[in-house]
Amino acid sequence: MTTSDAQRRSIKAQAISIGLAIAPFGLAFGALCAESGIGVWEALGFSSIVFGGSSQFAAVSVLADDGTIIAAITAGLLLNLRSLAFGVSMAPSLKGSLLWRAGISQLMIDESTAIGSSQNTHELRRYGYLWGGLSVFVLWNVTTLIGVSLLANADSLVTDLGIDATIPAAFLGLIWNKLEHATHRTVAFIGSLLAMILIPFTPAGIPVIASAFSIIWVRPWIIQEENSYE
Amino acid sequence: MSDAALVVVFLGTGTYILKALGPLYFGNRRELPWKFKSIALLLPTPLIAALVVTSAFSSDNSLTVDARVVGVIVAAIALWKKLPFVFVVVLAALATAIFRLFFA
Repeated sequence: MTTSDAQRRSIKAQAISIGLAIAPFGLAFGALCAESGIGVWEALGFSSIVFGGSSQFAAVSVLADDGTIIAAITAGLLLNLRSLAFGVSMAPSLKGSLLWRAGISQLMIDESTAIGSSQNTHELRRYGYLWGGLSVFVLWNVTTLIGVSLLANADSLVTDLGIDATIPAAFLGLIWNKLEHATHRTVAFIGSLLAMILIPFTPAGIPVIASAFSIIWVRPWIIQEENSYE
Repeated sequence: MSDAALVVVFLGTGTYILKALGPLYFGNRRELPWKFKSIALLLPTPLIAALVVTSAFSSDNSLTVDARVVGVIVAAIALWKKLPFVFVVVLAALATAIFRLFFA
């Protein structure tokens, strides 16, 4: 087996485990829709067309609290602003025809970016992005459907089984190797500190976006040598 | 159209534009300015680190320390011991569940 085959297998394993990690949250989202009087097709519309976990929860919660449509859309968009940063960071690895790029852009979420960006060649980054994105897309929609149809009380399931801890654990796993590099360690530390400080003061979504400003502390171009890829 | 369907359409469209701008605008330019490329390489690290923090320490817009922290610490140990990704995730859930069972 070549190194590259082994890497592909490990990428697939990561993609499937992260898909399984988010599955209970899909159940919870479906259940939230059912409790908020949102039907099956609309719930699936959220999970396939919007396809951004936290923004879906935010938008449906706003609607459930009798918020306006505008408030629901704004809350969701603020949470998804980070997709712009992810898209810019993944772009060099996502070559292809305009139609292909337009299609795979729908998969631009936290998990696909995290798996893709932890690889070290353009080809493996694209592979990780596609596997991560598709794995989450399929499992997220299937579990949304189950949740909204069965009105499972998935919230207690999530906490009883400790599933809520799998999300930070998975994200930590995805940046772990990068933390060997001093520059990455610095921005990870400053970024997470910024996020933690902002959690109580800003709407959800802002702390993550604000963490991007941590790169002001370092000169990103010095990472050329320590983290260059093809 | 119901309120929910309207939100799906507008939030879906807006979100898609945010997702696709990078790949559509920069996608086929073989040579990005190298400073830009370096920033793009570095950017996911603080964003994902922030996701670790927000998914571990926040609930309903407030800073919360609960059993999830135990899971994250166990995950860090598992990563340090170079265990496979699946074990990292499963051990984090297990540690959090056991902690909740006995201490919550």
